[in-house]
Amino acid sequence: MQGFKAAPSPTFNLTNSDMFCQSPFYLRDNEGNRNVTSSYADLGELEQVTAGGLHQESVADLSRSSMYTSTMMKPNNVPHFTNALPFGVLTTSLGSGEMGSSATDVVDTGQFMFQEVVQVNNSTITSTMVDVGNCGVLGNGHFENWGDSYLADHSLSQRTDTSTDVDTNDKYQFCEGRHESLIVAESGGVQSKGICHDQKALRRLAQNREAARESRQRKKAYVQQLENSRIKLAQLEQELKRERHQGSFVGSGVSGDQSQHANINGASLAFDMEYARWLEEHQRLINELRTAVNSHLGDNELRVRVDGVMGHYDKVFQLKLIGTKSDVFHMLSGMWKTPAERCFMWLGGFRSSELLKILGNHLEPLTDQHLLGICNLQQSSQEAEDALSQGLEALQQSLSDTLSSNCHGSTGSGNVADYMGQMATAMGKIAMLEIFVHQGDLLRQQTIHQLCRILTTRQAAQALLVMSDYMSRLQALSSLWSARPKS
Amino acid sequence: MQYNSIDPVERIVRMASRGAVVIFSNNSCCMCHAVKRLFSSMGVSPTVYELDQDPKGKEIEVTLARILGNSPSVPVVFVGGKLVGSMDRVMAAHINGTLVPMLKDAGALWL
Repeated sequence: MQGFKAAPSPTFNLTNSDMFCQSPFYLRDNEGNRNVTSSYADLGELEQVTAGGLHQESVADLSRSSMYTSTMMKPNNVPHFTNALPFGVLTTSLGSGEMGSSATDVVDTGQFMFQEVVQVNNSTITSTMVDVGNCGVLGNGHFENWGDSYLADHSLSQRTDTSTDVDTNDKYQFCEGRHESLIVAESGGVQSKGICHDQKALRRLAQNREAARESRQRKKAYVQQLENSRIKLAQLEQELKRERHQGSFVGSGVSGDQSQHANINGASLAFDMEYARWLEEHQRLINELRTAVNSHLGDNELRVRVDGVMGHYDKVFQLKLIGTKSDVFHMLSGMWKTPAERCFMWLGGFRSSELLKILGNHLEPLTDQHLLGICNLQQSSQEAEDALSQGLEALQQSLSDTLSSNCHGSTGSGNVADYMGQMATAMGKIAMLEIFVHQGDLLRQQTIHQLCRILTTRQAAQALLVMSDYMSRLQALSSLWSARPKS
Repeated sequence: MQYNSIDPVERIVRMASRGAVVIFSNNSCCMCHAVKRLFSSMGVSPTVYELDQDPKGKEIEVTLARILGNSPSVPVVFVGGKLVGSMDRVMAAHINGTLVPMLKDAGALWL
Protein backbone atom coordinates (compact mmCIF):
# COMPACT_ATOMS: atom_id res chain seq x y z
CA MET A 1 0.00 0.00 0.00
CA GLN A 2 1.41 3.27 -0.82
CA GLY A 3 1.75 5.76 1.97
CA PHE A 4 -1.27 7.88 2.27
CA LYS A 5 -1.48 11.53 2.68
CA ALA A 6 -3.22 12.18 5.92
CA ALA A 7 -6.57 13.65 5.27
CA PRO A 8 -6.77 16.21 8.01
CA SER A 9 -5.54 19.60 7.09
CA PRO A 10 -3.99 21.53 9.94
CA THR A 11 -7.14 23.30 10.97
CA PHE A 12 -9.95 22.29 13.13
CA ASN A 13 -12.42 22.24 10.42
CA LEU A 14 -12.18 18.59 9.90
CA THR A 15 -15.30 16.86 9.00
CA ASN A 16 -15.93 13.44 10.25
CA SER A 17 -15.92 12.23 6.74
CA ASP A 18 -12.28 13.08 6.52
CA MET A 19 -11.60 11.22 9.60
CA PHE A 20 -13.28 8.06 8.65
CA CYS A 21 -11.07 7.53 5.70
CA GLN A 22 -9.55 4.20 5.43
CA SER A 23 -6.15 3.58 4.13
CA PRO A 24 -7.03 1.58 1.09
CA PHE A 25 -8.45 4.68 -0.28
CA TYR A 26 -5.14 5.91 -1.06
CA LEU A 27 -4.18 2.82 -2.87
CA ARG A 28 -5.48 4.19 -6.00
CA ASP A 29 -5.68 7.75 -6.79
CA ASN A 30 -5.94 8.03 -10.49
CA GLU A 31 -7.54 11.34 -10.58
CA GLY A 32 -6.00 12.70 -7.52
CA ASN A 33 -9.38 12.51 -5.91
CA ARG A 34 -9.64 11.35 -2.46
CA ASN A 35 -13.07 9.97 -2.46
CA VAL A 36 -13.10 10.18 1.21
CA THR A 37 -16.75 9.81 1.58
CA SER A 38 -17.01 6.52 -0.14
CA SER A 39 -15.41 4.67 2.67
CA TYR A 40 -18.32 5.60 4.81
CA ALA A 41 -20.57 2.86 3.91
CA ASP A 42 -18.18 0.18 5.01
CA LEU A 43 -18.38 1.06 8.53
CA GLY A 44 -21.96 0.22 9.14
CA GLU A 45 -23.13 2.40 11.94
CA LEU A 46 -20.28 4.77 11.63
CA GLU A 47 -21.90 5.69 8.41
CA GLN A 48 -24.39 7.61 10.37
CA VAL A 49 -22.04 10.04 11.86
CA THR A 50 -21.34 13.29 10.22
CA ALA A 51 -19.84 16.40 11.59
CA GLY A 52 -21.19 18.94 9.30
CA GLY A 53 -24.81 18.73 9.84
CA LEU A 54 -25.07 17.72 13.39
CA HIS A 55 -26.30 20.24 15.77
CA GLN A 56 -23.40 21.91 17.40
CA GLU A 57 -24.15 20.35 20.68
CA SER A 58 -23.84 16.92 19.21
CA VAL A 59 -20.58 17.69 17.63
CA ALA A 60 -19.43 19.04 20.88
CA ASP A 61 -20.63 15.86 22.46
CA LEU A 62 -18.43 13.85 20.23
CA SER A 63 -15.37 15.83 20.73
CA ARG A 64 -15.55 16.66 24.33
CA SER A 65 -16.90 13.58 25.91
CA SER A 66 -14.26 11.52 27.55
CA MET A 67 -14.31 9.06 24.79
CA TYR A 68 -11.17 7.45 25.84
CA THR A 69 -12.87 5.82 28.70
CA SER A 70 -16.37 5.20 27.69
CA THR A 71 -16.73 3.50 24.40
CA MET A 72 -20.23 2.46 25.14
CA MET A 73 -21.39 5.98 25.39
CA LYS A 74 -24.25 7.22 23.38
CA PRO A 75 -23.87 10.92 22.91
CA ASN A 76 -26.96 13.01 22.53
CA ASN A 77 -28.66 12.77 19.27
CA VAL A 78 -26.07 10.68 17.66
CA PRO A 79 -26.76 7.12 16.75
CA HIS A 80 -24.60 4.96 18.86
CA PHE A 81 -21.41 3.52 17.60
CA THR A 82 -20.57 -0.10 17.76
CA ASN A 83 -17.32 -1.94 17.40
CA ALA A 84 -15.64 0.60 15.35
CA LEU A 85 -16.10 3.06 18.14
CA PRO A 86 -12.55 3.48 19.33
CA PHE A 87 -11.51 4.22 15.83
CA GLY A 88 -14.25 6.61 15.20
CA VAL A 89 -14.11 8.17 18.58
CA LEU A 90 -10.45 8.88 18.54
CA THR A 91 -10.66 10.64 15.32
CA THR A 92 -13.73 12.61 16.12
CA SER A 93 -11.88 14.30 18.87
CA LEU A 94 -10.27 16.23 16.13
CA GLY A 95 -13.55 17.50 14.91
CA SER A 96 -14.04 20.44 17.08
CA GLY A 97 -11.17 20.02 19.36
CA GLU A 98 -10.62 22.88 21.64
CA MET A 99 -10.44 22.51 25.36
CA GLY A 100 -7.31 24.44 25.70
CA SER A 101 -4.96 22.47 23.53
CA SER A 102 -3.20 24.02 20.64
CA ALA A 103 -4.37 23.53 17.16
CA THR A 104 -1.18 22.11 15.92
CA ASP A 105 -0.88 19.75 18.82
CA VAL A 106 -4.22 18.28 18.23
CA VAL A 107 -3.68 17.90 14.58
CA ASP A 108 -0.40 16.20 15.11
CA THR A 109 -1.98 13.83 17.48
CA GLY A 110 -4.70 13.30 15.03
CA GLN A 111 -2.38 12.39 12.29
CA PHE A 112 -0.62 10.08 14.57
CA MET A 113 -3.81 8.46 15.58
CA PHE A 114 -4.79 8.22 12.05
CA GLN A 115 -1.80 6.27 11.13
CA GLU A 116 -2.18 4.06 14.10
CA VAL A 117 -5.71 3.32 13.41
CA VAL A 118 -5.20 2.81 9.79
CA GLN A 119 -2.56 0.29 10.42
CA VAL A 120 -4.83 -1.58 12.72
CA ASN A 121 -7.46 -1.66 10.13
CA ASN A 122 -5.13 -2.51 7.38
CA SER A 123 -4.57 -5.98 8.53
CA THR A 124 -8.22 -6.71 8.77
CA ILE A 125 -8.95 -5.11 5.53
CA THR A 126 -6.58 -6.93 3.34
CA SER A 127 -7.49 -10.19 4.85
CA THR A 128 -11.17 -9.89 4.49
CA MET A 129 -12.61 -7.30 2.28
CA VAL A 130 -10.86 -4.55 0.59
CA ASP A 131 -12.30 -1.25 -0.19
CA VAL A 132 -10.31 -0.15 -3.07
CA GLY A 133 -11.75 3.10 -4.08
CA ASN A 134 -14.03 2.41 -6.89
CA CYS A 135 -14.37 -1.18 -6.04
CA GLY A 136 -16.63 0.00 -3.32
CA VAL A 137 -16.87 -3.12 -1.36
CA LEU A 138 -19.45 -2.22 1.10
CA GLY A 139 -20.98 -4.11 3.90
CA ASN A 140 -23.28 -6.62 2.54
CA GLY A 141 -25.40 -5.77 -0.23
CA HIS A 142 -24.79 -2.20 -0.97
CA PHE A 143 -23.45 -3.27 -4.21
CA GLU A 144 -26.49 -2.54 -6.15
CA ASN A 145 -26.61 0.98 -4.93
CA TRP A 146 -23.90 2.19 -7.11
CA GLY A 147 -25.93 2.06 -10.17
CA ASP A 148 -26.57 -0.26 -12.98
CA SER A 149 -23.29 0.10 -14.60
CA TYR A 150 -21.52 -1.06 -11.56
CA LEU A 151 -21.30 -4.59 -12.69
CA ALA A 152 -20.49 -3.39 -16.10
CA ASP A 153 -17.66 -1.37 -14.66
CA HIS A 154 -16.37 -4.33 -12.90
CA SER A 155 -16.42 -6.47 -15.87
CA LEU A 156 -14.65 -3.88 -17.90
CA SER A 157 -12.24 -2.49 -15.46
CA GLN A 158 -8.86 -3.71 -14.59
CA ARG A 159 -7.23 -6.90 -15.37
CA THR A 160 -7.41 -5.71 -18.88
CA ASP A 161 -3.80 -5.83 -19.47
CA THR A 162 -2.53 -8.51 -17.28
CA SER A 163 -5.05 -11.23 -17.42
CA THR A 164 -8.20 -12.14 -19.11
CA ASP A 165 -9.97 -13.96 -16.37
CA VAL A 166 -12.11 -11.47 -14.69
CA ASP A 167 -14.21 -13.08 -12.11
CA THR A 168 -16.71 -10.42 -11.23
CA ASN A 169 -18.58 -12.58 -8.84
CA ASP A 170 -15.78 -13.11 -6.47
CA LYS A 171 -15.34 -9.60 -5.32
CA TYR A 172 -12.51 -10.23 -2.97
CA GLN A 173 -10.19 -11.79 -5.41
CA PHE A 174 -11.25 -9.31 -7.90
CA CYS A 175 -10.28 -6.41 -5.84
CA GLU A 176 -6.95 -7.72 -4.86
CA GLY A 177 -6.14 -8.54 -8.38
CA ARG A 178 -7.24 -5.16 -9.38
CA HIS A 179 -4.83 -3.71 -6.98
CA GLU A 180 -2.02 -5.44 -8.68
CA SER A 181 -3.14 -4.55 -12.06
CA LEU A 182 -3.50 -0.97 -11.13
CA ILE A 183 0.00 -0.78 -9.97
CA VAL A 184 1.05 -2.28 -13.15
CA ALA A 185 -0.99 0.17 -15.05
CA GLU A 186 0.28 3.10 -13.07
CA SER A 187 3.83 2.13 -13.39
CA GLY A 188 3.59 3.17 -16.90
CA GLY A 189 2.03 1.25 -19.47
CA VAL A 190 0.62 -1.74 -20.87
CA GLN A 191 3.18 -4.37 -20.33
CA SER A 192 0.74 -6.80 -21.58
CA LYS A 193 1.03 -9.94 -23.43
CA GLY A 194 -0.32 -10.05 -26.85
CA ILE A 195 0.68 -7.28 -29.16
CA CYS A 196 -2.13 -8.23 -31.38
CA HIS A 197 -4.52 -7.07 -28.72
CA ASP A 198 -2.79 -3.74 -28.37
CA GLN A 199 -5.32 -1.56 -30.08
CA LYS A 200 -8.22 -3.24 -28.47
CA ALA A 201 -6.54 -3.15 -25.11
CA LEU A 202 -5.81 0.53 -25.35
CA ARG A 203 -9.36 1.28 -26.27
CA ARG A 204 -10.62 -0.92 -23.52
CA LEU A 205 -8.33 0.77 -21.07
CA ALA A 206 -9.64 4.16 -22.03
CA GLN A 207 -13.20 2.99 -21.79
CA ASN A 208 -12.49 1.46 -18.44
CA ARG A 209 -11.01 4.62 -17.13
CA GLU A 210 -13.97 6.54 -18.32
CA ALA A 211 -16.42 4.12 -16.85
CA ALA A 212 -14.50 4.00 -13.64
CA ARG A 213 -14.47 7.75 -13.41
CA GLU A 214 -18.17 7.96 -14.02
CA SER A 215 -18.81 5.31 -11.50
CA ARG A 216 -16.80 7.12 -8.92
CA GLN A 217 -18.68 10.29 -9.59
CA ARG A 218 -21.99 8.59 -9.28
CA LYS A 219 -20.89 7.04 -6.07
CA LYS A 220 -19.73 10.36 -4.77
CA ALA A 221 -23.00 11.98 -5.65
CA TYR A 222 -24.95 9.21 -4.04
CA VAL A 223 -22.96 9.33 -0.86
CA GLN A 224 -23.31 13.07 -0.79
CA GLN A 225 -27.03 12.65 -1.08
CA LEU A 226 -27.04 10.13 1.72
CA GLU A 227 -25.01 12.44 3.87
CA ASN A 228 -27.31 15.32 3.25
CA SER A 229 -30.32 13.30 4.21
CA ARG A 230 -28.57 12.15 7.32
CA ILE A 231 -27.81 15.69 8.28
CA LYS A 232 -31.37 16.63 7.66
CA LEU A 233 -32.58 13.73 9.71
CA ALA A 234 -30.39 14.71 12.62
CA GLN A 235 -31.71 18.24 12.44
CA LEU A 236 -35.27 17.09 12.28
CA GLU A 237 -34.73 14.88 15.27
CA GLN A 238 -33.37 17.84 17.16
CA GLU A 239 -36.32 19.95 16.29
CA LEU A 240 -38.72 17.25 17.18
CA LYS A 241 -37.13 16.83 20.53
CA ARG A 242 -37.39 20.50 21.21
CA GLU A 243 -40.91 20.69 20.05
CA ARG A 244 -41.81 17.95 22.40
CA HIS A 245 -40.32 19.91 25.25
CA GLN A 246 -42.10 23.02 24.20
CA GLY A 247 -45.29 21.18 23.58
CA SER A 248 -45.44 20.25 27.23
CA PHE A 249 -44.47 23.77 28.17
CA VAL A 250 -46.97 25.55 26.04
CA GLY A 251 -49.71 22.99 26.37
CA SER A 252 -49.92 23.46 30.08
CA GLY A 253 -50.48 27.18 29.66
CA VAL A 254 -53.53 29.09 28.67
CA SER A 255 -55.62 27.18 26.24
CA GLY A 256 -55.30 29.29 23.18
CA ASP A 257 -56.21 28.25 19.72
CA GLN A 258 -54.00 25.88 17.81
CA SER A 259 -52.50 28.53 15.62
CA GLN A 260 -51.20 30.37 18.60
CA HIS A 261 -49.42 27.29 19.81
CA ALA A 262 -48.03 26.77 16.37
CA ASN A 263 -46.79 30.33 16.26
CA ILE A 264 -45.04 30.05 19.55
CA ASN A 265 -43.45 26.77 18.60
CA GLY A 266 -42.42 28.17 15.28
CA ALA A 267 -40.72 31.11 16.89
CA SER A 268 -38.96 28.90 19.39
CA LEU A 269 -37.81 26.54 16.70
CA ALA A 270 -36.55 29.40 14.63
CA PHE A 271 -34.55 30.70 17.55
CA ASP A 272 -33.19 27.28 18.40
CA MET A 273 -31.98 26.73 14.90
CA GLU A 274 -30.44 30.16 14.63
CA TYR A 275 -28.77 29.68 17.95
CA ALA A 276 -27.36 26.34 16.88
CA ARG A 277 -25.88 27.97 13.83
CA TRP A 278 -24.53 30.77 15.93
CA LEU A 279 -22.84 28.29 18.26
CA GLU A 280 -21.11 26.56 15.36
CA GLU A 281 -19.76 29.79 14.03
CA HIS A 282 -18.76 30.86 17.50
CA GLN A 283 -16.79 27.67 17.96
CA ARG A 284 -15.03 28.24 14.69
CA LEU A 285 -14.07 31.77 15.66
CA ILE A 286 -12.89 30.63 19.06
CA ASN A 287 -10.72 27.97 17.47
CA GLU A 288 -9.18 30.54 15.19
CA LEU A 289 -8.56 32.74 18.18
CA ARG A 290 -6.92 29.90 20.01
CA THR A 291 -4.67 29.20 17.05
CA ALA A 292 -3.71 32.83 16.97
CA VAL A 293 -2.92 32.92 20.66
CA ASN A 294 -0.88 29.74 20.57
CA SER A 295 1.11 30.72 17.56
CA HIS A 296 1.98 33.99 19.26
CA LEU A 297 0.65 36.20 16.56
CA GLY A 298 1.12 39.91 16.83
CA ASP A 299 -1.26 42.13 18.69
CA ASN A 300 -2.83 43.48 15.55
CA GLU A 301 -3.85 40.11 14.23
CA LEU A 302 -5.01 39.11 17.65
CA ARG A 303 -7.11 42.22 17.93
CA VAL A 304 -8.82 41.40 14.66
CA ARG A 305 -9.81 37.99 15.93
CA VAL A 306 -10.90 39.28 19.31
CA ASP A 307 -13.08 41.83 17.57
CA GLY A 308 -14.44 39.07 15.41
CA VAL A 309 -15.51 37.04 18.42
CA MET A 310 -17.02 40.10 20.08
CA GLY A 311 -18.89 41.07 16.98
CA HIS A 312 -20.25 37.57 16.82
CA TYR A 313 -21.39 37.80 20.43
CA ASP A 314 -23.33 40.89 19.50
CA LYS A 315 -25.18 38.80 16.97
CA VAL A 316 -26.41 36.36 19.56
CA PHE A 317 -27.79 39.22 21.60
CA GLN A 318 -29.64 40.37 18.53
CA LEU A 319 -31.04 36.89 18.11
CA LYS A 320 -32.08 36.80 21.73
CA LEU A 321 -33.86 40.11 21.41
CA ILE A 322 -35.95 38.75 18.59
CA GLY A 323 -36.47 35.50 20.44
CA THR A 324 -37.56 37.30 23.59
CA LYS A 325 -40.07 39.38 21.71
CA SER A 326 -41.58 36.36 20.04
CA ASP A 327 -41.52 33.94 22.95
CA VAL A 328 -40.23 35.17 26.28
CA PHE A 329 -41.13 31.97 28.08
CA HIS A 330 -39.02 29.93 25.74
CA MET A 331 -36.04 32.17 26.45
CA LEU A 332 -36.64 31.97 30.16
CA SER A 333 -37.07 28.22 30.08
CA GLY A 334 -33.57 27.81 28.76
CA MET A 335 -34.63 24.82 26.71
CA TRP A 336 -32.37 26.09 24.00
CA LYS A 337 -29.41 25.52 26.29
CA THR A 338 -27.95 22.24 27.44
CA PRO A 339 -29.18 21.04 30.84
CA ALA A 340 -26.03 21.87 32.77
CA GLU A 341 -25.95 25.39 31.37
CA ARG A 342 -29.60 25.73 32.19
CA CYS A 343 -28.80 24.94 35.78
CA PHE A 344 -26.65 28.04 36.04
CA MET A 345 -28.96 30.23 34.07
CA TRP A 346 -30.09 33.60 35.24
CA LEU A 347 -32.79 35.66 33.59
CA GLY A 348 -32.56 33.83 30.30
CA GLY A 349 -28.80 33.61 30.00
CA PHE A 350 -25.47 33.28 31.70
CA ARG A 351 -24.58 35.17 34.84
CA SER A 352 -21.90 37.72 34.05
CA SER A 353 -20.65 38.03 37.60
CA GLU A 354 -20.04 34.27 37.73
CA LEU A 355 -18.05 34.39 34.54
CA LEU A 356 -15.95 37.21 35.88
CA LYS A 357 -15.18 35.23 39.00
CA ILE A 358 -13.98 32.35 36.86
CA LEU A 359 -11.83 34.65 34.80
CA GLY A 360 -10.19 36.11 37.84
CA ASN A 361 -8.20 32.93 38.34
CA HIS A 362 -7.05 32.60 34.79
CA LEU A 363 -5.83 36.00 33.95
CA GLU A 364 -2.88 36.32 36.24
CA PRO A 365 -0.59 38.07 36.26
CA LEU A 366 -2.56 41.26 36.15
CA THR A 367 -1.38 44.74 36.80
CA ASP A 368 -3.01 46.54 39.68
CA GLN A 369 -4.92 48.65 37.25
CA HIS A 370 -6.35 45.64 35.47
CA LEU A 371 -7.10 43.92 38.71
CA LEU A 372 -8.99 46.95 39.92
CA GLY A 373 -10.87 47.20 36.68
CA ILE A 374 -11.98 43.59 36.88
CA CYS A 375 -12.98 43.89 40.51
CA ASN A 376 -15.04 46.95 39.80
CA LEU A 377 -16.65 45.26 36.85
CA GLN A 378 -17.47 42.24 38.92
CA GLN A 379 -18.97 44.36 41.63
CA SER A 380 -21.06 46.50 39.33
CA SER A 381 -22.35 43.53 37.36
CA GLN A 382 -23.23 41.82 40.64
CA GLU A 383 -25.11 44.89 41.79
CA ALA A 384 -26.96 45.19 38.51
CA GLU A 385 -27.88 41.50 38.60
CA ASP A 386 -29.18 41.82 42.13
CA ALA A 387 -31.24 44.84 41.24
CA LEU A 388 -32.79 43.10 38.27
CA SER A 389 -33.43 39.99 40.35
CA GLN A 390 -35.27 42.01 42.93
CA GLY A 391 -37.28 43.76 40.27
CA LEU A 392 -38.15 40.37 38.83
CA GLU A 393 -39.28 39.11 42.20
CA ALA A 394 -41.52 42.13 42.56
CA LEU A 395 -42.93 41.40 39.13
CA GLN A 396 -43.67 37.79 39.98
CA GLN A 397 -45.33 38.84 43.18
CA SER A 398 -47.38 41.40 41.36
CA LEU A 399 -48.44 38.87 38.72
CA SER A 400 -49.38 36.40 41.37
CA ASP A 401 -51.42 39.04 43.17
CA THR A 402 -53.22 39.95 39.97
CA LEU A 403 -54.15 36.40 39.19
CA SER A 404 -55.20 35.54 42.69
CA SER A 405 -57.42 38.56 43.31
CA ASN A 406 -61.15 38.06 43.10
CA CYS A 407 -60.81 34.30 43.16
CA HIS A 408 -64.19 33.84 44.73
CA GLY A 409 -65.03 30.72 42.85
CA SER A 410 -68.57 31.98 42.64
CA THR A 411 -70.53 32.64 39.50
CA GLY A 412 -72.00 35.89 38.35
CA SER A 413 -71.85 38.13 35.37
CA GLY A 414 -69.64 40.66 37.11
CA ASN A 415 -66.97 38.09 37.51
CA VAL A 416 -66.48 37.66 33.80
CA ALA A 417 -65.59 41.30 33.45
CA ASP A 418 -63.29 41.01 36.44
CA TYR A 419 -61.67 37.96 34.96
CA MET A 420 -61.04 39.68 31.66
CA GLY A 421 -59.69 42.69 33.45
CA GLN A 422 -57.39 40.51 35.50
CA MET A 423 -56.12 38.78 32.42
CA ALA A 424 -55.49 42.05 30.68
CA THR A 425 -53.44 43.29 33.62
CA ALA A 426 -51.56 40.03 33.76
CA MET A 427 -50.76 40.28 30.08
CA GLY A 428 -49.27 43.67 30.71
CA LYS A 429 -47.04 42.14 33.33
CA ILE A 430 -45.80 39.48 30.96
CA ALA A 431 -44.84 42.27 28.61
CA MET A 432 -42.82 43.67 31.49
CA LEU A 433 -41.13 40.29 31.76
CA GLU A 434 -39.85 40.70 28.23
CA ILE A 435 -38.25 43.95 29.25
CA PHE A 436 -36.53 42.30 32.17
CA VAL A 437 -35.12 39.49 30.07
CA HIS A 438 -33.88 42.04 27.58
CA GLN A 439 -32.20 43.97 30.37
CA GLY A 440 -30.50 40.78 31.44
CA ASP A 441 -29.10 40.34 27.95
CA LEU A 442 -28.00 43.96 27.82
CA LEU A 443 -26.18 43.48 31.08
CA ARG A 444 -24.39 40.42 29.73
CA GLN A 445 -23.46 42.18 26.53
CA GLN A 446 -22.17 45.28 28.28
CA THR A 447 -20.17 43.26 30.73
CA ILE A 448 -18.19 41.34 28.14
CA HIS A 449 -17.60 44.49 26.12
CA GLN A 450 -16.31 46.30 29.16
CA LEU A 451 -14.09 43.34 29.92
CA CYS A 452 -12.45 43.60 26.53
CA ARG A 453 -12.07 47.31 26.99
CA ILE A 454 -10.16 47.15 30.24
CA LEU A 455 -7.85 44.29 29.31
CA THR A 456 -4.98 44.18 26.86
CA THR A 457 -5.59 42.46 23.57
CA ARG A 458 -3.81 39.33 24.65
CA GLN A 459 -5.61 39.23 27.96
CA ALA A 460 -8.93 39.81 26.26
CA ALA A 461 -8.18 36.91 23.93
CA GLN A 462 -7.37 34.72 26.92
CA ALA A 463 -10.53 35.80 28.65
CA LEU A 464 -12.69 34.94 25.67
CA LEU A 465 -11.05 31.54 25.38
CA VAL A 466 -11.53 30.79 29.05
CA MET A 467 -15.18 31.81 28.92
CA SER A 468 -15.83 29.76 25.85
CA ASP A 469 -14.10 26.71 27.24
CA TYR A 470 -16.10 26.95 30.40
CA MET A 471 -19.35 26.98 28.43
CA SER A 472 -18.13 24.08 26.35
CA ARG A 473 -17.42 22.06 29.42
CA LEU A 474 -20.90 22.66 30.70
CA GLN A 475 -22.21 21.47 27.38
CA ALA A 476 -19.98 18.40 27.46
CA LEU A 477 -21.09 17.67 30.98
CA SER A 478 -24.67 17.72 29.80
CA SER A 479 -23.99 15.13 27.14
CA LEU A 480 -22.04 12.91 29.45
CA TRP A 481 -24.76 13.05 31.98
CA SER A 482 -27.53 12.26 29.55
CA ALA A 483 -25.48 9.44 28.06
CA ARG A 484 -24.63 7.81 31.33
CA PRO A 485 -25.70 4.18 31.62
CA LYS A 486 -28.97 4.02 33.42
CA SER A 487 -29.47 0.84 35.34
CA MET B 1 -46.09 79.05 42.57
CA GLN B 2 -48.20 78.80 39.45
CA TYR B 3 -47.86 75.13 38.81
CA ASN B 4 -50.42 74.94 36.12
CA SER B 5 -48.83 77.30 33.66
CA ILE B 6 -45.35 75.91 33.81
CA ASP B 7 -44.21 74.05 30.77
CA PRO B 8 -44.00 70.37 31.69
CA VAL B 9 -40.43 70.05 30.49
CA GLU B 10 -39.52 72.97 32.66
CA ARG B 11 -41.23 71.32 35.55
CA ILE B 12 -39.32 68.12 35.03
CA VAL B 13 -36.05 70.01 34.96
CA ARG B 14 -36.92 71.74 38.18
CA MET B 15 -37.91 68.54 39.88
CA ALA B 16 -34.77 66.87 38.63
CA SER B 17 -32.57 69.42 40.27
CA ARG B 18 -34.07 68.88 43.68
CA GLY B 19 -31.70 66.10 44.59
CA ALA B 20 -28.36 64.57 43.76
CA VAL B 21 -30.13 61.55 42.32
CA VAL B 22 -33.73 61.91 41.15
CA ILE B 23 -35.89 59.06 39.95
CA PHE B 24 -39.24 59.45 38.23
CA SER B 25 -41.12 56.30 39.05
CA ASN B 26 -44.44 54.53 39.33
CA ASN B 27 -45.32 52.70 42.46
CA SER B 28 -46.47 49.65 40.58
CA CYS B 29 -43.57 49.55 38.15
CA CYS B 30 -41.16 46.73 38.78
CA MET B 31 -38.32 48.12 36.74
CA CYS B 32 -38.54 51.23 38.88
CA HIS B 33 -38.26 48.97 41.86
CA ALA B 34 -35.12 47.45 40.32
CA VAL B 35 -33.47 50.80 39.71
CA LYS B 36 -34.24 51.93 43.23
CA ARG B 37 -32.66 48.74 44.58
CA LEU B 38 -29.61 49.36 42.44
CA PHE B 39 -28.97 52.77 43.91
CA SER B 40 -29.60 51.69 47.46
CA SER B 41 -27.16 48.79 47.01
CA MET B 42 -24.57 51.39 46.10
CA GLY B 43 -25.33 53.35 49.21
CA VAL B 44 -27.18 56.13 47.43
CA SER B 45 -30.50 57.55 48.64
CA PRO B 46 -32.31 58.93 45.64
CA THR B 47 -35.19 61.40 45.58
CA VAL B 48 -38.14 59.51 44.14
CA TYR B 49 -41.26 60.95 42.51
CA GLU B 50 -44.04 58.39 42.30
CA LEU B 51 -45.93 59.77 39.35
CA ASP B 52 -48.95 57.55 39.77
CA GLN B 53 -49.48 59.19 43.12
CA ASP B 54 -48.99 62.72 41.85
CA PRO B 55 -52.04 64.63 40.56
CA LYS B 56 -49.93 66.04 37.76
CA GLY B 57 -48.12 62.79 37.33
CA LYS B 58 -49.81 61.71 34.15
CA GLU B 59 -48.71 64.79 32.31
CA ILE B 60 -45.15 64.34 33.46
CA GLU B 61 -45.18 60.73 32.38
CA VAL B 62 -46.41 61.67 28.94
CA THR B 63 -43.75 64.34 28.62
CA LEU B 64 -41.03 61.97 29.70
CA ALA B 65 -42.21 59.44 27.15
CA ARG B 66 -42.06 62.14 24.52
CA ILE B 67 -38.55 63.23 25.47
CA LEU B 68 -37.05 59.78 25.78
CA GLY B 69 -39.19 57.83 23.37
CA ASN B 70 -39.31 54.96 25.85
CA SER B 71 -42.06 52.64 26.62
CA PRO B 72 -42.77 52.42 29.44
CA SER B 73 -41.99 55.97 30.34
CA VAL B 74 -40.57 55.18 33.75
CA PRO B 75 -38.12 54.88 35.40
CA VAL B 76 -36.15 57.94 34.38
CA VAL B 77 -33.02 58.86 36.31
CA PHE B 78 -31.29 62.22 36.70
CA VAL B 79 -27.94 62.57 38.41
CA GLY B 80 -26.75 66.01 39.44
CA GLY B 81 -29.65 67.53 37.51
CA LYS B 82 -28.50 65.86 34.30
CA LEU B 83 -30.46 63.23 32.46
CA VAL B 84 -29.00 59.72 32.57
CA GLY B 85 -32.00 57.86 31.21
CA SER B 86 -33.88 54.62 31.72
CA MET B 87 -32.70 51.43 33.35
CA ASP B 88 -30.63 50.39 30.35
CA ARG B 89 -28.65 53.62 30.35
CA VAL B 90 -28.18 53.53 34.09
CA MET B 91 -26.94 49.97 33.93
CA ALA B 92 -24.67 50.69 30.99
CA ALA B 93 -23.18 53.64 32.86
CA HIS B 94 -22.63 51.49 35.91
CA ILE B 95 -20.94 48.71 33.95
CA ASN B 96 -18.66 50.97 31.99
CA GLY B 97 -17.63 52.72 35.14
CA THR B 98 -19.03 56.19 34.45
CA LEU B 99 -21.89 56.12 36.94
CA VAL B 100 -19.84 56.14 40.12
CA PRO B 101 -17.78 59.23 39.20
CA MET B 102 -21.01 60.94 38.19
CA LEU B 103 -22.50 60.14 41.58
CA LYS B 104 -19.44 61.37 43.37
CA ASP B 105 -19.50 64.62 41.44
CA ALA B 106 -23.12 65.14 42.35
CA GLY B 107 -22.34 64.50 45.98
CA ALA B 108 -24.48 61.38 46.13
CA LEU B 109 -21.56 59.14 46.97
CA TRP B 110 -18.61 59.55 49.21
CA LEU B 111 -15.40 57.55 49.29
